[in-house]
Amino acid sequence: MSAESISIAFTGAGGAGVMTAGQMLLDTAAKAGYYGLMTRSSGPQIRGGEAAAFLRLAVDPVNCPDDRLDLHLAFDWMNVERFAAELPLDGNSLVICDEAAGDVPEVIAATGAKIVAVPLKDTAKSVEGGRLNMVGLGIVGGLLNLSEKAVVAVVEKALKRKGQEAVDSSIAGYKAGVELSKTVQSDLALNEAKAEDVERWNMSGNEAAGFGALRGGVRFCAAYPITPATEVLEYLAPNLDKVGGTLVQAEDELASIVQIIGGSFGGTPSITATSGPGLALMMEALGLAVSSETPVTVVNVQRGGPSTGIPTKSEQSDLNIALHGMHGDAPHIVTAANSISDCLFTTQWSVFLAERLQTASIVLTDQSLGQSRIIDDKPADLAFIAKRETVEAGVENYHRYAVTASGVSPMAIPGTPGGQYVADGLETATNGRPSSAAEDHAIQLDKRERKLMDFDYGNHWADIEGDADVAIITWGSSTAPVREAISRVEADGKKIKLISLRLLMPAQTEKFDEALKGIKKVLVIEQSHSKQFYRYLRAYYDLPKDVKLFNRPGPLAIRPGEIVEQIESWS
Amino acid sequence: MTTEAATPKRTAKEYKSDYKPVWCPGCGDFSVLSAVTKAMAELNLPREDCAVISGIGCSSRIPAYTSVYGFHGIHGRALALATGLKVSRPDLTVIATGGDGDGFSIGGNHFIHACRRNVDMTYVVMDNEVYGMTKGQASPTTAPDWDKSKLTPQGTGVNPFNPMAVALASGANFIARGFSGDPNGAAKLIVEGIKHPGFSLIQILSPCVTFRPEQRDWKGVVRPAPVEATDDSARAARRLMSDDGFNTGVLYYGHRKVYEPKLEEKATLADLEQGFAI
Repeated sequence: MSAESISIAFTGAGGAGVMTAGQMLLDTAAKAGYYGLMTRSSGPQIRGGEAAAFLRLAVDPVNCPDDRLDLHLAFDWMNVERFAAELPLDGNSLVICDEAAGDVPEVIAATGAKIVAVPLKDTAKSVEGGRLNMVGLGIVGGLLNLSEKAVVAVVEKALKRKGQEAVDSSIAGYKAGVELSKTVQSDLALNEAKAEDVERWNMSGNEAAGFGALRGGVRFCAAYPITPATEVLEYLAPNLDKVGGTLVQAEDELASIVQIIGGSFGGTPSITATSGPGLALMMEALGLAVSSETPVTVVNVQRGGPSTGIPTKSEQSDLNIALHGMHGDAPHIVTAANSISDCLFTTQWSVFLAERLQTASIVLTDQSLGQSRIIDDKPADLAFIAKRETVEAGVENYHRYAVTASGVSPMAIPGTPGGQYVADGLETATNGRPSSAAEDHAIQLDKRERKLMDFDYGNHWADIEGDADVAIITWGSSTAPVREAISRVEADGKKIKLISLRLLMPAQTEKFDEALKGIKKVLVIEQSHSKQFYRYLRAYYDLPKDVKLFNRPGPLAIRPGEIVEQIESWS
Repeated sequence: MTTEAATPKRTAKEYKSDYKPVWCPGCGDFSVLSAVTKAMAELNLPREDCAVISGIGCSSRIPAYTSVYGFHGIHGRALALATGLKVSRPDLTVIATGGDGDGFSIGGNHFIHACRRNVDMTYVVMDNEVYGMTKGQASPTTAPDWDKSKLTPQGTGVNPFNPMAVALASGANFIARGFSGDPNGAAKLIVEGIKHPGFSLIQILSPCVTFRPEQRDWKGVVRPAPVEATDDSARAARRLMSDDGFNTGVLYYGHRKVYEPKLEEKATLADLEQGFAI
């Protein structure tokens, strides 16, 4: 049976090469003209822990995992029970495992999936330098009839640093896997690819965020590693260097956020990336950026919380801290990327907004966006490039915090004669002089709020799709399964409007009201236990009387089929 | 950027703003402000190409009293601000300032790593062994038996932090001590610190006449160090072992590699796009 998309999981102990196999399969499918997605799940161990790569290969672009798995290739059974809830196997799924791996675990057998044991390890051993994961990849490549030319190209690119020998043994392992696949009865097949003429990109959400920052004009980053945000920083380190910027590895998050405030004070658009615990540490300094009106952007890749929580897995539960984590009245920008590719645009736009409005912007993504890779059409290049309002040399009687029509006070960049001022976390008068006077406080609070409220954010504040009298309101990574669910029920003649918020703060109440015109009931979808998004909607917007909520904590992905069920059981 | 046209040498006064400091009459920090502005005048720094960066505390108020660019940030983070500024704008002269609590307690981690990183900037610490702005609590450099604080009525019982020893061990490239009672001497040290490549620590003993009135007696015990500055860290370390905290002058000047990334454009964004293309 041939399908528009096929879902595959590789699982195994760390060192089995699960992620490499997944990555190579995705790259091969890309070369063969397909779209695709790879999400990942792993235990907390540094090495030797269990790992899973979930792939979905498709004829058309796909942005989220499907409801079920067509194929599960288990390199071994180590700790597979820890993934059981993340492996949606059913009676139509095919599980391929190693003959030598021992009994099939009960959690797998109980799914009713068809289980086929093959001599995985022995086949790998029969090839000189053969690796288990290449044999596994060969089995999948054989079952899907992937072009050998594409595989060879991918292997050569991935392993050329290790030398020709490594390339040859990997290809030999792959071919042995293809032979082995002939012993497996399967009707898995993917419809013919049709995307070969379109320019497509292969990127992770974290890389996309990093590139978005560069497109937005960022030339300085201070970095402190944290899962699952590190790849944003690792992307920026070499690439900032290439475009004439630099990245400093800081001693902690307190330093990384303050270093970028220092960089931005010097006139350089600056960014850092972190996750929940790091964002918590940065809160005091974000208030300094707001108060001193020094633009900075923080990409926060959410993971399970609170505290250390589940560092390697996804959750949408940093919304509250991003919106309300700062002390005092500290108006700032909060945005959210709503797909892997959108990490690029939303980060770029957020840098633009921070610079334009001289404030802090927090970009929310999450592990399921940041650490997933996608094969997607090349994202559009939109003209949002950092442009700060500055003063010219020789400015006289300069007031750094002057009240202006837009609320944005022109900023003097060090090196500009006559513009000397002291940026301050203390409340100031318009001339920058510290002031504890009620009047000055009121003037500056009004100004800092007004510049954000009066700005025209255009159409980018939300993705609004479809026209109907019912709507689903969602944000971030929950958007992709909602989109897919809506397109599925549309096939049955149901119409649902999608409202996915990209700009969370400042709240766009008028535009939201406009989007909700004629909507009789709404379904809210989010991945947080305490209903953070739902409560946010309740606090800032008027919703119709009939509101239904579907929420759950991470790390289990919200799947399109679950949303379809919600729609269908919607009275 | 354009700089001020070749001007006759500026006076120290021209590096001061017209703001009246919040400090108590007799505070040592007045003299440190003078020393900083004298150093700027000595180097004839264009005011727009210089930045004074600080955290929170009495002495951290200093940027506003100068006429150069400045940033009065948050408690303990002066060195992080200064690092970000200097690394991304190597053309500027960056001077970080602050007190012992700001720099060595809440900012202690940044202090260690700023010494290690060795970015070309100068850190002037006004050390009065007390938190003045919060009305007199023990700081990391306070003696263990100082019992005049309501917060530690029996004294801290904790050994004081030794900034010069920590700086030396952590890799600072220039280490000196001055005294606010000798602003000309302190100014000379600041000039040397600015000129010396890498991270320079200038500890300036700066009495708090309000909460540590006994520090008025420092002027009787402070004296120039009996030995010359050294570029041998082992020798400097030995000198610190017998140091009572009142020897002034340059202790150490090193030759460590300075952290100064080259900001050169080698590729375009279009080149980077190729990294994503299939």
